[in-house]
Amino acid sequence: MMPLYAVLLLAVGTYAYRVAGPLLGRRLALSERLRHLLAVAAAVLLVALVATGALTQGHGFAGWARPVGVLVAGVLAWRRAPFPAVVVAGAAATALLRLCGVG
Amino acid sequence: MDMRSLLRTLEHATLRDIALVCLADALVGASFGAISVSGGLPLWVPIALSVLVFAGGSQFAAVGVVLSGGGALAAVATGLVLNARLLPFGFAVADVLQGPWWQRLLGAQLLTDESAAFAIQQRDPRQRRAAFWICGIALFVVWNAAVVLGALAGGLIGNTDAVGLDAAFPAVLLALVLPSLADRRTRTAALVGAVAAVAVTPFVPAGLPVLLALVGLLFAGRPEAGESAGSAESPESAEPAEFAAVDVVAVKEGVR
Repeated sequence: MMPLYAVLLLAVGTYAYRVAGPLLGRRLALSERLRHLLAVAAAVLLVALVATGALTQGHGFAGWARPVGVLVAGVLAWRRAPFPAVVVAGAAATALLRLCGVG
Repeated sequence: MDMRSLLRTLEHATLRDIALVCLADALVGASFGAISVSGGLPLWVPIALSVLVFAGGSQFAAVGVVLSGGGALAAVATGLVLNARLLPFGFAVADVLQGPWWQRLLGAQLLTDESAAFAIQQRDPRQRRAAFWICGIALFVVWNAAVVLGALAGGLIGNTDAVGLDAAFPAVLLALVLPSLADRRTRTAALVGAVAAVAVTPFVPAGLPVLLALVGLLFAGRPEAGESAGSAESPESAEPAEFAAVDVVAVKEGVR
């Protein structure tokens, strides 16, 4: 579960990132190397969340219905379908597979 | 600060773009609220996260870790690594946030991928300032309202697996991250990380696999030749807008 202290920790840490630039901007500059790494780190985490969220449940495989739904959503997003269509199609594909008895 | 004079400062096209981005983010926010509550979190969690953290990707990430059985600290760590990208944005828009101390502190909370991208697009200092504040305030209001509505709606959904809501969470994240994967090195790093995360899932506590994905950073390479030229450059000339701008463009296209 998500206790209040966790919400506050995340909020305070995130605010520290935000406020550092406006407070220290004149005295400090970030290297390009660090900027690049931070940008890539964000993408790496998001893709890892997609992969584990789509494929795993607890410590095992999530079954076929969910990853197939996510794949459908991914193809639509890649073809630049509107955001609501992407999400609804992904969920609908998964729901349909389950209705047909696919786990 | 006068809101009406801020609005007059910006061109119509910019205001329209900001409105489109707000609309797209409203849909993301509503999905966040609905997925969190239907996944079993109490109503206050998505709402508190949205007001206090106000960074969509990390909100989804933290809730995702927790809903998959991970610990609260793993959720916080994932969110904090994800939000580290706000650090360079803060330096890039530092000039926008000059003024009384309370304005600087308040404005910092409004710093997002979107508000930074809109501010950096503007040339004139007054327009940069206007773009940042208008986008920041509008997003804050729209995002939080959408999360509340989504969370209330999420409480009404009975069997979430039957309607495929568990697929909606990775689907949302995939739609958000796809534009940044246009860069080859980012793509390689992300793929390596994802394979590592899935591979260790059976063996390590929940929440940890996503953090272990950061081994993918070994494949991140160096910034491109043009970017690395001025490693000691001043924050004014810094241009970290490349990926934020891509995100905004993607979001806008998503609405159409």
